[in-house]
Amino acid sequence: MSEHIASPKMYVGIFLALMICTGATVWAAYINLGQMNIVIALAIATLKATLVVLFFMHAKYSPGRTHLVIICAVFWLGIMLALTLSDYETRQKEGLRIPPSAVRVYNA
Amino acid sequence: MQRTGELYGQFETLEQQKETATLGMWIFLTTEVLFFGGLFMTYTINRHAYSAAFGVGGNTLDLKLGGLNTVVLILSSLTMAMSVWAAQIGKKKQITGFLIATLLLGCVFLGVKAVEYKQKYDHHLIPGRNFDIAFCVNNPSACGLSGKALEDEQKEIAEAVKAEDKNNPGYGLANLNSHAQLYFSLYFGMTGLHALHMIIGAGLLLWLLKESLAQRFGPGYNTPVEVTGLYWHFVDIVWIYLFPLLYLIDRHN
Repeated sequence: MSEHIASPKMYVGIFLALMICTGATVWAAYINLGQMNIVIALAIATLKATLVVLFFMHAKYSPGRTHLVIICAVFWLGIMLALTLSDYETRQKEGLRIPPSAVRVYNA
Repeated sequence: MQRTGELYGQFETLEQQKETATLGMWIFLTTEVLFFGGLFMTYTINRHAYSAAFGVGGNTLDLKLGGLNTVVLILSSLTMAMSVWAAQIGKKKQITGFLIATLLLGCVFLGVKAVEYKQKYDHHLIPGRNFDIAFCVNNPSACGLSGKALEDEQKEIAEAVKAEDKNNPGYGLANLNSHAQLYFSLYFGMTGLHALHMIIGAGLLLWLLKESLAQRFGPGYNTPVEVTGLYWHFVDIVWIYLFPLLYLIDRHN
């Protein structure tokens, strides 16, 4: 298999796209969207990470076994996040809020 | 392009040898995803539980410096990708030039990080016995705070205490102070581990630079440049997530 050589033009294009995304995420952070702020911030970060993986890291032009490794990384990260969060969410009646035991009474 | 270089005994061809090296780096990066993933997990759970304290903590960070570092690091990813490209087509001077650019940008990133850490030290925001989330409010001249910025800071801390007080009566500034330390422990832990990866990356770049000056890289042999590039881009991705999570998500308050 011969290697794919990407053009500098494409790299600069991806760089510019990443800069636009960075600007967008800073801009969006100042608008009060409640719970959606974090969702938008993570969505833009994931878009940026995808661009880096696909083009800077050549995943787009890599063989299937590289794709398998990337999918495994994301999949196992997903297992860790989903199972740990669901455990924390259901362990106490406050869900993910501060457990009352974590709030100390200080004597003035 | 015909590959050149020494063929190790366990491989059939140089092409297979190169693909194996690349795959090995990807597998290493998978372990890194889970390594950093554990920290992101910890951050998520604590941020949810102590959201008011984390909000106050996150807003003390300097967005200008953080934004500058984001631009610097993405630019360094571009120069790294360009040095891989230069190696693939055999432009030997450009390989060296882009490697130097990447190394310099990496050093700028670490320098800015040092400035930020120093500022946190001066503002009593290092977790420990001298930690004081209200230091800047109580000593505005020491932090260069005045006028509206000072009022905003006072209001923010008061509102955070009030918001948490609704769920946990008797919360108070003392609890906010102790929970804000969780934020800063994670801030220093995560950015510190990221900076350590940058330092290791800078070491790898120095080695690449030495090899590049010895004219070792070209279309036939560029595996080290490409594999180091994968690592460098991964470190960039970690920052792409750290920047919004640590600096940005509470700015709207």
